[in-house]
Amino acid sequence: MSILLDASTRVIVQGITGREGTFHTGQMLEMGTKVVGGTSPGKGGTTQLGVPVFNTVAEAVKATGANASGIFVPPPFAADAIMEAAAGGVSLIVCITEGIPIQEMIKVKDYLRGYPAARLVGANCPGLITPGVGKIGIIPQRITSSGPVGLVSRSGTLTYEVASALTAAGLGQSTIVGIGGDPVMGLTFKDVVELFEKDPATTHLVVIGEIGGSDEEHAAEVLARGTRLKTVAFVSGRTAPEGKRMGHAGAIISGNRGTAKSKEEAFRNAGVAVAETTDQIVGLLR
Amino acid sequence: MKLLEYQAKEVLASLGIPIPPGRVARNPEEAAQACAELGPVAVKAQVPVGGRGKAGGIKLAKSPDEARQAAAQIIGMDIKGFKVPLVYCETALDIEREVYLGFTVDRDARANILMLSSKGGMDIEQVAHESPESIARLHPNPWRGPLDFELNQLAFEAGLGELARPLMSLIKKLYRAIPELDAVTAEINPLVITKKGEIIAGDAKLETDENSAWRHREIEARYGSVLEGDPYEVEAKKRDLTYVSLDGDIGIIGNGAGLCMSTLDLVQRAGGHAANFCDIGGGAKAEVVENALAVILMNPRVKGVLMNVFGGITRGDEVARGLVTARDNLNMRLPLVVRMSGTNEEEGREILKVNGIEPGASAWEAAQKIVELTRARV
Repeated sequence: MSILLDASTRVIVQGITGREGTFHTGQMLEMGTKVVGGTSPGKGGTTQLGVPVFNTVAEAVKATGANASGIFVPPPFAADAIMEAAAGGVSLIVCITEGIPIQEMIKVKDYLRGYPAARLVGANCPGLITPGVGKIGIIPQRITSSGPVGLVSRSGTLTYEVASALTAAGLGQSTIVGIGGDPVMGLTFKDVVELFEKDPATTHLVVIGEIGGSDEEHAAEVLARGTRLKTVAFVSGRTAPEGKRMGHAGAIISGNRGTAKSKEEAFRNAGVAVAETTDQIVGLLR
Repeated sequence: MKLLEYQAKEVLASLGIPIPPGRVARNPEEAAQACAELGPVAVKAQVPVGGRGKAGGIKLAKSPDEARQAAAQIIGMDIKGFKVPLVYCETALDIEREVYLGFTVDRDARANILMLSSKGGMDIEQVAHESPESIARLHPNPWRGPLDFELNQLAFEAGLGELARPLMSLIKKLYRAIPELDAVTAEINPLVITKKGEIIAGDAKLETDENSAWRHREIEARYGSVLEGDPYEVEAKKRDLTYVSLDGDIGIIGNGAGLCMSTLDLVQRAGGHAANFCDIGGGAKAEVVENALAVILMNPRVKGVLMNVFGGITRGDEVARGLVTARDNLNMRLPLVVRMSGTNEEEGREILKVNGIEPGASAWEAAQKIVELTRARV
């Protein structure tokens, strides 16, 4: 078992003929992900890596029965691509694209209210992977292994670092979800924690947060109400100065809000073990 | 991008919002001229941070001589790390009352939030803390913007019902900054109601979204170069690097924002201080690594560099070869510690060792090593 992505997930790739889209479609296929189609306006009827290409998401869904989509289109077109996926009937939308204007994401969030069955992961995220089953996005399969640990993170490479440490320690993962580094995004920590809570195959949980916003605090509130998951949290950016955007658009401390300290305190108050370095995560999880 | 007050006011004026008469002065003489034209003025430091009044960045001038003097004192002053590039000379308003008007992105609600309060002229965060009920709030629909009745309601909720009509029209103008400029924050504090009953923007803050810069090139072109930024950040921007200057002495390179931030944290934990944040993104291509090293080495405070690269698909041997070339091209002599993982990482570490670069087995070990090596150089 897993969350969001399992053996029944049928994926299309929006932007499949682009450089990134093609490369990562190859990686997804290699690990056995059911990539059933792709879209690229004007290239409908062709194939890419043996996968049929369609002009629109609606066509692709109709022809392939896809229920999930990975988006690899450039920032000016990505918000529209998310909405096209929702309107086309896709229920899991994973947007990898970095650099979507905030005002467009606010419109997307409003638009998605009309499609309550559609779940968005990202944007500006590495996507998700259910080891041994499939992935949508760019998380390298090599560093993962299947097992009982749920992993959710705002960061890309930091997620890889932790997944790789878990794998090396023999702690496999049920699903790894990168929710992305933007200030306005799809699924939040809270949403993903609630999904892991309901997944019988997940018994342990690692939450990798960072400075900015208060999504970590909201997840801590959920965990404080009681959880069956043995949980470890880590927050990066303890030494980040106020008012500076640390790479991710969402990683910024404004005034005294969004600090690593506030997030770590929220987790501790919820009874969650807090790792001070990523090296400590494995030890605390055992 | 955070605009300076006079820039934000120029934008507000272009949206149809009244602003007081004012002139930009780049030197004391221009300030004297502005005062001669406008009469008594406030001479205001232009910096993208709050608290300039307390820092001595605002002075009143009744005559051209006073204005000249004030400008001479203020231009070049350092306010919270920003060197004042110029002053804005503005006529004083005949104030009847002051209110607060602004919008920003409400991250929790994943929406824009419009705020209106009768308590103008004060720090809104403080007002929100002390009397949250005095701020009326609205989350407008992002597709159609605020409706008339919503704004009417907002004005009455803020206790400003008698001004509902003029406020409604003014808020709609301000809101245009969202669709037209991709503004993420705008604040008019105070919004002044004069004794004659006019409504005028007394101060203005405006921040646009960096993710939308590609469709608003004119804003960057018109306003971007006024403020003398941190020289390393300016150079890094030219080289397309995600770089933030910090005040320590250990240069940091990482791939990915989260990994890079956690590397800064590790250096501090090991007893050192990072000189910068520098995210080189995925791939760690030789050219990008060289650019990052070049910018970091511009800073004379830097005593050593720590590079932390997690390669998912990236090949360790390629990263190592690129790094050796970059170091040699730049003739770098300072200690360099590299922690990297990924495919062919063993081979990569061998290449580093042979070339005199310290490989760290883990990020924590690498952080300790660079702190030790840079301490030895004091």
